[in-house]
Amino acid sequence: MIPAPLFSAQNLVKHFRLKGGFLGSSRGVVRAVDNVSFDLAEGETLGIVGESGCGKSTTARLIVDLISPDAGTITLGGKLLGKHISARELRRQIQMVFQDSYASLNPRLTMEDAIAFGPKVNGMSPQQAARLAHELLERVGLEPRRFAGRYPHELSGGQRQRVNIARALAFSPKIIVLDESVSALDKSVEAQVLNLLADLKAELGLTYVFISHDLNVVRHMSDRVMVMYLGQVAEIGTVEAIYSAPAHPYTAALLSAMPSMDPDRRTMEPPLTGDPPNPINPPAGCRFHTRCKLADTICGAVEPGLFGLPGEGHQVACHIHIPGSNHRNRRVEA
Amino acid sequence: MSAPLLDMENLTVRFHGERTVHAVNGVSLTLQSGETLGILGESGSGKSVTLKTLLRLLPENRAEIGGTLRVDGHDVLALQGRALADHRGRTVSMVFQDPMLALDPVYRIGDQIAETVMRHEGCSRSEAMARALDMFKNVQMPSPERRLRAYPHEMSGGMRQRAMIALALACRPKLLLADEPTTALDATVQIQILLLLRDLQRQFGMGMIFVTHDIGVVVEVSDRVAVMYAGEIIETGTVHDIIRDARHPYTKGLLAANLHGAVKGARLNAISGAPPSLERKPNACSFAPRCPVARETCASELPPNVAVGTQRQVRCVLAQE
Ligand SMILES: Nc1ncnc2c1ncn2[C@@H]1O[C@H](COP(=O)(O)OP(=O)(O)OP(=O)(O)O)[C@@H](O)[C@H]1O
Ligand SMILES: Nc1ncnc2c1ncn2[C@@H]1O[C@H](COP(=O)(O)OP(=O)(O)O)[C@@H](O)[C@H]1O
Ligand code: SF4
Ligand code: SF4
Ligand SMILES: [Mg+2]
Ligand SMILES: [Mg+2]
Repeated sequence: MIPAPLFSAQNLVKHFRLKGGFLGSSRGVVRAVDNVSFDLAEGETLGIVGESGCGKSTTARLIVDLISPDAGTITLGGKLLGKHISARELRRQIQMVFQDSYASLNPRLTMEDAIAFGPKVNGMSPQQAARLAHELLERVGLEPRRFAGRYPHELSGGQRQRVNIARALAFSPKIIVLDESVSALDKSVEAQVLNLLADLKAELGLTYVFISHDLNVVRHMSDRVMVMYLGQVAEIGTVEAIYSAPAHPYTAALLSAMPSMDPDRRTMEPPLTGDPPNPINPPAGCRFHTRCKLADTICGAVEPGLFGLPGEGHQVACHIHIPGSNHRNRRVEA
Repeated sequence: MSAPLLDMENLTVRFHGERTVHAVNGVSLTLQSGETLGILGESGSGKSVTLKTLLRLLPENRAEIGGTLRVDGHDVLALQGRALADHRGRTVSMVFQDPMLALDPVYRIGDQIAETVMRHEGCSRSEAMARALDMFKNVQMPSPERRLRAYPHEMSGGMRQRAMIALALACRPKLLLADEPTTALDATVQIQILLLLRDLQRQFGMGMIFVTHDIGVVVEVSDRVAVMYAGEIIETGTVHDIIRDARHPYTKGLLAANLHGAVKGARLNAISGAPPSLERKPNACSFAPRCPVARETCASELPPNVAVGTQRQVRCVLAQE
């Protein structure tokens, strides 16, 4: 029997109304997240990829309850948010680390105070919280003697990101959501922080949601990967399935947009033309059909739902894979 | 061999102010016309300062520049007045990560390009507009006629990048400097712009220096690569040399940290520590505090710049063996 997931999001929807029209009237709706569902098993890392604006950060903020969904449900440990588990408890158990290490730290707090702040708010004594802060600084590779009294501007980007990780750990969370957390770091420092994240996960049995635009980093870190396009899930599956046998044309295009790293086999043609379209008026039918090289008549008319493929939890939203869809590639195969 | 398009010898740049910063510490480079050099380095390594020196864009009162710099036979550091104005935009031109550094938000893009062409070439407005349209076609701008009348804010990120490239190339420069022009873009748009620059560089026969922190990007566009660390070039070679057979410990570390083909779940061979502050002029190997194979002398003596074969140089004691 499959154990119940640690975390489950079902049919999440988040739309943002654009203000600024006449007398504050609405100028349209950004469909940032539109009917997104996924589970997290305890101890796994789920990677999320997709172009800018596809809804990765909005999904992240929904997971940690920084914003509330317009529709859909979130359960943690089998408990429904808002019914069996409070927002306050969920926010303790699920922590988030952002891209901008500087903006996430209060410039007037020392590193020790920044880390101790959360536990104190949650009722820990100041002495205990300070001791915990020192332990955590040590744990993320920052000598407490040198770093406890420093302010954010006295640290490098990599060091600040280590502090942000320590600050998340101070709540003893079950899940950490990492939204482009290593993206602003230099490559050599990024590798150090990725090693730290891997160590912490093994040691503390953490579960990660790992968001990055760097597909190499996502492959290295993730057990499963979710590919998003204009607020929806295009494909989800194991890291092996997504990288070696992508089923969605968009996943395949994302992968071939990665630089080749082989001077003898440089990329000869861009896999996609144009910029990602705007989630204000997403195309009808399959949202990818305006850029998809395999689009057929049905694609502009009918929205493909997620369909299960052979292989562990592999799902794809594309007519080519939906039996009886009448997409020309299906007819050829049939 | 003909005289190189660019000949930079022992360039040093030092900023004075509250703190002294030794940003560039003895950089020597040559570039032939029609050649693309990639400069690879992490943040603060001196890439942008090197490019800005080539265009004489540094604040003259605070930046102390040493060494020699010749582009197309001219002594760049001695240029004045009209000759300097011709140098900028006509002989050498630059594209940036943020296109709004090059584009003026209050003028239509077509007018901005035409203005530049008229200023440098003294041609008529209609000739200049024709050139602008021609450039928009060259950069594969969608609906070029209509987009000439657009303002920068009316364009998407990828289109603004194309418009900036059209502006930079409008006067057919001999040398194009590209400072991370694709870093802020999605990978799907980045590859479009990289291939565009690669094609235009060939089509126009320009020299190009492409600065980036991304090894994958370097491989897509460069013939040769120079790796920068703490204001010095620590290794140069063909893109094949660098990717297949890096010799400098820092270059090897960068390649490992790139994660390309890294085994999932395995620990990364990360370089420890961080780059040095540049408050003092280096008098030892700048990489020594982080180098996994450093020797005793590395922390006290400047390493030699060792020629390996005819095309490559490695600034490391170990390269002598
Ligand atoms: N508060 C808001 N008001 C209006 N629109 C918003 C708001 N927050 C997000 N959006 C829009 O929702 C869409 C998805 O945003 P989100 O930040 O989740 O995408 P993303 O994939 O993480 O993008 P990026 O990689 O650029 O950060 C975008 O079009 C964004 O502009
Ligand atoms: N105008 C300036 N004044 C003082 N220091 C500067 C200035 N411009 C750059 N620097 C310093 O020079 C060094 C190299 O900078 P830069 O070339 O911009 O690095 P990058 O490789 O990231 O482009 C850095 O230490 C930077 O802080
Ligand atoms: S449904 Fe059609 S348009 Fe969408 S990805 Fe599949 S083939 Fe392309
Ligand atoms: S000179 Fe010494 S410290 Fe510098 S890279 Fe070579 S071995 Fe390492
Ligand atoms: Mg984001
Ligand atoms: Mg720079």
